[in-house]
This record gives sequence, structure tokens and C-alpha cells, in this order.
Amino acid sequence: MSARSLVVVGHGMVGHRLCQALRERDAGSVWDVTVLAEEPRPAYDRVGLSAYFTGSTADDLSLVAAGFLDHPRLRVRLGEPVVAVDRAGRSVRTAPGHTYRYDALVLATGSYPFVPPVPGREAAGCHVYRTIEDLDAISASARSSRTGTGVVIGGGLLGLEAANALRSLGLTTHVVEFAPRLMPAQVDDAGGQTLRAHVTGLGIGVHTATVTERIEADADGRVARLVFGRHPEGLTGLDADVVVFSAGIRPRDELARESGLAVGERGGVVVDEGCRTGDEHVYAIGECAVAGGRVYGLVAPGYAMAEVVADRLLGGAASFTGADMSTKLKLLGVDVASFGDAFAATPGALPITFADPVAGVYKKLVLSDDAASVLGGILVGDAGEYGTLRALVGAAGAVPDDPAQLILPAGGGSGGSGGSGAGVALPAQAQICSCNNVTHGQICAAIGDHGLTDVAGIKGCTNAGTSCASCVPMLRTILGQQLAAAGVEVSTALCEHFDHSRAELFELVRVRGITTFSQLVAEHGRGRGCEVCRPVVASILASIHNEYILEGERAALQDTNDHMLANIQKDGTYSVIPRLPGGEVTPEALILIGEVARDFRLYTKITGGQRIDLLGARVEDLPKIWQRLTDAGLESGHAYGKSLRTVKSCVGETWCRYGVQDSTTLAIDLELRYRGLRSPHKIKMAVSGCARECAEARSKDVGVIATDLGWNLYLGGNGGFRPRHAELFAADLDTETLVRHIDRFLMFYVRTADRLQRTAPWIEGLDGGLAHVRAVIVEDSLGICAELDAAMAHHVDTYRDEWKATLADPVALRRFTSFVNAPDTSDPDIVHVLERGQPRPARDGERAALIAGTTTVTGRSA
Amino acid sequence: MNWTDVCALADLTPDRGVGALVDGAQVAVFRLGDGPVLAVGNTDPIARANVLCRGLVGSRGDRAVVFSPLHKQAFDLVTGVCLDAEDVRIPVHPVEVRAGRVFVGPAGAAGAARRIV
Ligand code: SRM
Ligand SMILES: Cc1cc2nc3c(=O)[nH]c(=O)nc-3n(C[C@H](O)[C@H](O)[C@H](O)COP(=O)(O)OP(=O)(O)OC[C@H]3O[C@@H](n4cnc5c(N)ncnc54)[C@H](O)[C@@H]3O)c2cc1C
Ligand code: SF4
Ligand code: FES
Repeated sequence: MSARSLVVVGHGMVGHRLCQALRERDAGSVWDVTVLAEEPRPAYDRVGLSAYFTGSTADDLSLVAAGFLDHPRLRVRLGEPVVAVDRAGRSVRTAPGHTYRYDALVLATGSYPFVPPVPGREAAGCHVYRTIEDLDAISASARSSRTGTGVVIGGGLLGLEAANALRSLGLTTHVVEFAPRLMPAQVDDAGGQTLRAHVTGLGIGVHTATVTERIEADADGRVARLVFGRHPEGLTGLDADVVVFSAGIRPRDELARESGLAVGERGGVVVDEGCRTGDEHVYAIGECAVAGGRVYGLVAPGYAMAEVVADRLLGGAASFTGADMSTKLKLLGVDVASFGDAFAATPGALPITFADPVAGVYKKLVLSDDAASVLGGILVGDAGEYGTLRALVGAAGAVPDDPAQLILPAGGGSGGSGGSGAGVALPAQAQICSCNNVTHGQICAAIGDHGLTDVAGIKGCTNAGTSCASCVPMLRTILGQQLAAAGVEVSTALCEHFDHSRAELFELVRVRGITTFSQLVAEHGRGRGCEVCRPVVASILASIHNEYILEGERAALQDTNDHMLANIQKDGTYSVIPRLPGGEVTPEALILIGEVARDFRLYTKITGGQRIDLLGARVEDLPKIWQRLTDAGLESGHAYGKSLRTVKSCVGETWCRYGVQDSTTLAIDLELRYRGLRSPHKIKMAVSGCARECAEARSKDVGVIATDLGWNLYLGGNGGFRPRHAELFAADLDTETLVRHIDRFLMFYVRTADRLQRTAPWIEGLDGGLAHVRAVIVEDSLGICAELDAAMAHHVDTYRDEWKATLADPVALRRFTSFVNAPDTSDPDIVHVLERGQPRPARDGERAALIAGTTTVTGRSA
Repeated sequence: MNWTDVCALADLTPDRGVGALVDGAQVAVFRLGDGPVLAVGNTDPIARANVLCRGLVGSRGDRAVVFSPLHKQAFDLVTGVCLDAEDVRIPVHPVEVRAGRVFVGPAGAAGAARRIV
């Protein structure tokens, strides 16, 4: 049979799923697929769109696997929207005027954001929130904002997400909602109250029961003010020049309307159980379709429809009979979940609620009239049980005798860890991943059959967790249970010598006052240690006691870099980086560094961290090099340590015509305060003098950006393998408060992070994320702030330059030789050649020639 | 055997190494805790740099090992076998401690210390 042609209109999330499903199942190659797409890029993860503001790129969001578009029977035409459907002639016409014939047509055109008819809504600076291009435009508006204020119109799920985005762009943010509560479609009044407390606590203005009457623009046509027609406290309006409309969505059904297909009362292409329209050759799926009388604004039902159509196209009889509208999100660091019959609409339904206004937690569970099964619920502030509870919906007899225990905090503890509801056994048919329709039984089978030991493996085998990721914590719990049942231990042990995690060892050392590795390993471990635990313990001892790291037994714990106070290079030479706090350097210091480099024939380079690296130093030269540097007042830059690296600065208010605070002085002060602090991984910071951000502070673990009123503090950024932007932690701080926050943040990190875990993954791994950090270090929820402050004060008071201490210690200096029995001999295998006037390690071929006797070698200095 | 007097036992920091020249070969000499002194070739054959004397000392199971400071492979200090790459091995040198001095002999027949080329 010759191939038939399928035309898909729209390459969004659902259209793409259809292509995937068809390519996977159409073994006989029945269909040639043509996708006509309006957007300029192939399908991407719209659900994860907001991650675009926190470091993900358009490529990261792409849903299209490498090579997928090269499939010979698939063509995707980007930027070519369909403008008309000729049902009689079975063809579509696109904007550039091309015509495509079809045997089957699938409309997957999604929806468009609804913009209420507020006068003035066309002003520049007004946006919607749906595509990558929308987000680019919002960023640009935020950058050019003069008022520094943004408003989101609409306080639903997407509106709050948009508010978070504006906030992360550094704008003072307000949310305006017509209904009397936030997220009116998902939560009830009590849940809305709790949510509101969280959102206002983050500094976002919330205006519910408020009507926006008009939008006023300035002379350039840029939005300048929102005028309210009604506000509960009588506020007349807000000055703002960035506005995002997020007032719901409307199905994009124009092609269907114009070609005479039936559309729903409130829009949407009407389809039957097979997702087919009144025309047997035309289907509609995703957000543009009305199935069973309703439009589904979530991706999971859309995926289910795509699967149905793929099956039907291949002769099957699958049908779509409605879908779960459960949602769980982390909005602005607050968990919100709503599932099943959340509003207790079922006759006789029994709601039970639990509220803890102090902790900001509200939970409601809706049970059937006989209290034997769970119908739905709402969770705000702590949605740890979401996975279990949602999976229980409809599973008869799964409710314990005392149903309240399903939502009460675990074991009377202070909330947090218990949350996964592990105590309730889930039936095999319980759906765990609603996006991809994967059940508990399927996940357990995959773990057993493939010997899976991590969540990545489950994702690979079952697709669970690959869309909205809200089920990932549940996957982790199930994995833990399965492995435990199979007798496989999921270990947090540091290495074969200690059963403890780094954080546990830290507590042991701190609480028991342990001062040596031998004592720790004798009392709590075994063996002689290794390359993992020795440096970890060295770092813990240094963080707590801050004593000279090369003294006595500690010398044997340090990795070679800390042992030599320099970074080892591929040929066994070392690099030397003196500290230049804030990147500031005097001409005298610059000249001295130049002279040292020249005299010891070192390769010289400006680093990515605003300082100068001298490479190629031989072991025996290190003390001589440092003698000259310390004589001139330069100190170790700890480029070798898991410790503070640099605090990058910009010139700031002192010189720059835009600067609003003295960023250079603050950077220097921070660098001097935290220099030498040993930590689980390296720590980087930066301070920018204004929102132009020349110091790239948001790419650092700790980033500070000056504002008119003080400093904005951002936490948890990094470059490297998984780049991500730091998130706004607190705004407009005075310097003292800023430093106190940073002190506590660092000490809390030092105490509890895993080995080699930067601040971003550490925050991610905390139950509650950045909100938890805020609770601990601002609200002192664990009662440890005084300890953290004291620990930092101890660090600051006891700091000493390691190189100065080493030069004064004849025993420590003995290690800087190549040969103990020939201290004046240098390693003859180290060979450098000149390139662009500077030395570099010889490459293999060059080395053979040079060792054989040629002489462009740069010998060592006298 | 041709022994080289390398240093005093007291010059060795427990669980750390030093480099030494033994008949022109580069050797790494380690003192394990308060216990025995062991010597192996100083060249990391994988990274091809003379650095093993600067690695961390520790144990893998019950074997005493040194971890290369460059890429952290473990080398058995008694047999010279690389525990992370079975076919790689480094020369092992005999050691004797006499009257507080450490003497190192030439590598066993297993392999002459390799120069890096
Ligand atoms: C010298 C320098 C490159 C340069 O020529 O500019 C450098 C060199 C090294 N980097 Fe880097 N990094 C240097 C700036 C950076 C930066 C840019 C910055 O700091 O602004 C980054 C990205 C920012 C960040 O860290 O978030 C960077 C991200 C990394 C990473 C990835 C970290 C991550 O979280 O994924 C590593 C690997 C690691 O640490 O595990 C790394 C590791 C290294 C090591 C230590 C690799 C090694 O073990 O040999 C290199 C040793 C240098 C040496 O021997 O001196 N280097 N490295 C820069 C020294 C800056 C300084 O003044 O101290
Ligand atoms: C910020 C944000 C967060 C979200 N969060 C969640 C969440 O947490 N959970 C959840 O389930 N859902 C979420 N959603 C909703 C989810 O993204 C949608 O349900 C899903 O994208 C619907 O897929 P679709 O393919 O039907 O529509 P879309 O993904 O919108 O794709 C439709 C595509 O069709 C194109 N198109 C339209 N008309 C034409 C034409 N005439 N010719 C050619 N192409 C055309 C459009 O340009 C678009 O690319 C979120 C949405 C947004 C915007
Ligand atoms: S961040 Fe601002 S103050 Fe600093 S240099 Fe750039 S423009 Fe100037
Ligand atoms: S529930 Fe969305 S990915 Fe599993």
C-alpha cells in the first residue's frame, strides 16, 4: 500500500507527542507526516517555560531528540502557519501560499492567552506568557523598566508563575486578581488565604477582588500606570511599566470555525471519543479540542489524545474518555496541589481539613460518604503527600481507619521529611505519573526487570517523570521502597571507610569536638581512609577549627593541591594565584607579579575570576615565589581549595555613570571576610553596582546587585556543567543585614551540604528549597542562627594567610622538593617550550626531541 | 643489591610520600601510619607525569594504595597494580629501614622505572 499523508497543524507539545507516538508505532510506515508549525522553533516544553528565566536555554527546553527531525517520513515546516483548510479538496494552505494535501488532518493548534478588553492594553510593555518569544519580550521590557515595577493581571496558576518570573527579573511585583482569592480554579477560600500569606511574604503585592479599569501609557506609548475601578482597600492604581496578562486561555479554533466544523459554546473544536471532528478525515487534539464537553488546559490529557489519534490512524479503536485535572506546582517556592474532586462536589462527600497558619500549611482531603475512599483534595504549603494521595483517588478501601492521619504532619514532627506518605501501601493500578499515564505497578516492574537503581533509569524505561516532574519525589520514594524490599541498600555513606554522609560527619566532629582524622576513623569508621574521606574530613576540621591545614597529622589528609597550596597541572608543575580581592590590583602589585613571572619563567594569564594565574611553577620554586609575593603583602588566593574563590566586582558608583552603590568596596570586604573558609565545594561571589550586572553576580553562589535603596541578594547560581542563575533571596538590604544573611547562608551550607555539592544543588535538595533556607537563616526556624553567627565570627577572627604560615614553618617547607635525597635537583622530565613568547608544557613529539638534546627549552631560573 | 640511602625515617610524614632518585630512577617513598615504608615508581603511567609521591595514601579493601593526584586512580603500594586499570602497573622497589635510615633498592624485574617520552 502506498503511504498516506498526514498533516499536523501545530508543532506544540501535543502535536509533537503525536509525531513521536506515530513514529514509534507505525512499523509498516503507513503514514508520511508533515507538520506545519507557526512558531520558529520545533516543539519545546511549554510546561517548563519559566525555567527559561532561571537559566535554561531554548535548547534545554526542546522536546525534540537529536536526529528526530531527520526521519525520512517526517517533515516539519517551521514558521509556516496554516491559514485555510479546504475540506472538500482535502488540503490546507499556509501563509507563504503553499498547499498540502492530506488523507488525515490533525489540528493541534493549542490555545492563545486571553487578554481582557481593558482599554490601553496595546501599550508597549504589555505582554502575554505563552512562548519563548513572549519571555524574551518580557525580559527586554524588564531591562528597560524605569519604575522597576511589574504587574501580572490574573492570579491563577500561570499568573503566579509569571509573577515569580517578574520578581526574578528584579522587578517589584504585584498580582491583580478579579476573584476574591488566588488560584480560584484550584483552591478554596481557606487554601487561598494560606497561599496569599506565602505570596505576600515574598514581597509580592496581592490585590484580589480588584478590577483593572484601564491602562495608561506615557508619551512614548509605553505603559505607565494601571488604574483600578475597584479595590478592596480603595487603592486607585499602580505605577508600573511592565504588565503581563494571564487571564486564562482560549482554544485556537479559527481554522475549524472557518471551515465549518462544529465548535463548542466557549470555543474549541468539538471531537468524539476518537478525537475526531464531524469530518472523518479531521481530528483535533490538545488544548484546541473540546472532548466530552470540556477543554483541558493541561498537557497530560493532550498527550492522552495524541496517543488515541495515533492508535486510530493505525486502525485501532482507542478512545479518550476524560482525564485527571490534578495539579501540583511549586509556585514561588510554595507547594500547591489540587486533585480529584477538590471542591467536594460529589454528593455526600466528606471534607476533612488541617490548617497550621504559623507554618503556612493548609490541607483538605475529600472522602467518599462512607469514608472508604479518597475523592480529592487541596494541599497548600506542604504537598509532600500529593503523590500518594492522588494515587489513592478511586482506589477503594485504601483509606486507613483514621483518615486524618493521611494529611497530618508525619509522626508529630515539625513537617518536612515525612511527606512522601510512604506509610500507605499503594495499589498497583494507582497512577503515579499522570502526564505519561504510568502506574505504580509499571514502575515497580521496570525497577525489578531492569535492575534500576536511580530515578534516571525509571525515566528512561517508563517515561514517568519526564514532563512536569511533579511525580519525581514519588518515583524516588518508590525506588527506595523497592530497593529496600529487594535488600539493596540506598547508601548515603561517604565511602568504604565511613557509613555517614558528609553532613553527619560534620555534626559528629562539631558536637563531639573531634580534632583529628585518626580519632574520627577509630571511633566512627574503619581502615586508613582514602582520596574521598581524607580531604572531606580535612575540610570539615578546617571549617570548624580553622587551624593551619598543614599542621601535624592534617598534612596527610590534604589533596595535593591543598598540600602544596597550589594547583597541580598536567605535567606535575603548579599554578600560583595570589588573591586580588574584588579584582582590584595596584600598579606596584602588578609589576611585582610580572617580575616574579618573568624570573621564574611562568606562563601568565588573566583568569575567568578577575585575577592573575602564574602557571608552570616547579615544586621547589613555590616557596621562593611566595616569599616574594608575601613580602609585598599578597596572600594566597585559595585557587586550590574548596573554599571561597573570588568575589568579582564591577567599578560601581565610584567611577561608573550608572552605578548606584560602591560595589567594589563591598566585593573587597566580602572577599576579605570569607577568604579561606573551607567548604563542601568552591564558593564564588560577585557584586554589581547596578542592575546592568557587569559583574555577572547572578551566575555566582552568592550574587549581590546594588539598588537605589541598598542591595539585592541572589543565592544559588553557578556556571560550569549545569549553569544556572541565582534566585532573588531578599531585596533592598542594608549592608549589615546583607552580610548577616550571607554569613548564615554560608555556614548553613558548610554544615549540611554533600561533598562536592555546589550551593544550587544543595538548595534544590533541601525539602522546601530556597524557602527553607529563608526560614532557617532569616526566621531562625531551627534555632541555629546564633551558632551560625558564632561559627562565622570564629572564622573571621582566626583567619591567617596559609602561605605566610608555611614560609615561617621549616617542617612544612620540607615538602617542596622533587627529591628528598637531591633537594637541589628539579624533575628533568618537565619540559616547557615557548609559544607566543611564553612557556607551555611540551607536547609528546616535542618532548622526545627536547629530552634528546635540542635546546629551546625554558630552563628553570637561577 | 645496590641500596640507596634516601633519607632518615623521621623525615617521612606518616601517610605521605616523598620523591627520591634511586640509580637515576624516580621513586616515590611512603610511610604508612607508624608502620612500614614502601616504595614504587614515581611516574603516573596514565597521566605520564612524575607525581605519585604527592598523592594521598589510603586503603581499598585491605590493600594499601596511593591515589594519583592527577586523576585519582589507585595504585597498590605492595604489588604496583593499578586497581582502576588492571593492565597498568608501576614498578615496585624494595625498602629496608636500618638504624633509622631508609634504603631503597632498584625496581624488581617486573619493570624498570619508565621515563616519560
Ligand atoms: C584558572 C581558571 C581558568 C582560566 O584560565 O581563567 C580555572 C581553572 C580551573 N578550573 Fe575553573 N577556572 C577558572 C574559572 C572558572 C569559572 C569562571 C569564574 O569563576 O567566574 C567557572 C564557572 C563559574 C562557576 O564555577 O560556577 C569555572 C568552573 C569550573 C568547574 C565547574 C564547577 C561546577 O560547579 O560545575 C570546575 C570543576 C570543579 O570544580 O569540580 C573547575 C575546575 C577548575 C580546575 C581547578 C580544574 C583542575 O582541577 O585542574 C582548573 C585549575 C586551575 C589552576 O590550576 O589554576 N572550574 N572555573 C579560572 C580561575 C579563576 C580564579 O581566578 O580562581
Ligand atoms: C507558562 C506555562 C506553564 C504551564 N504549566 C503547566 C503545568 O504545570 N502542567 C500542565 O499540565 N500544563 C501546563 N501548561 C499548559 C501546557 O503547556 C499546555 O496544556 C500544552 O502546551 C498544550 O499543548 P498543545 O500542543 O495543545 O498546545 P501548544 O503547546 O500551545 O502548541 C500549539 C502549537 O500550535 C501552533 N499553531 C497554532 N495555530 C497554528 C496554525 N494555524 N498553523 C500552524 N501552527 C499553529 C502554535 O504556535 C503552537 O506552537 C502551561 C502552560 C504555560 C504557558
Ligand atoms: S554593573 Fe552597573 S555600576 Fe557596575 S559597571 Fe556595570 S553599569 Fe556600571
Ligand atoms: S506527573 Fe508530570 S511528569 Fe510525571
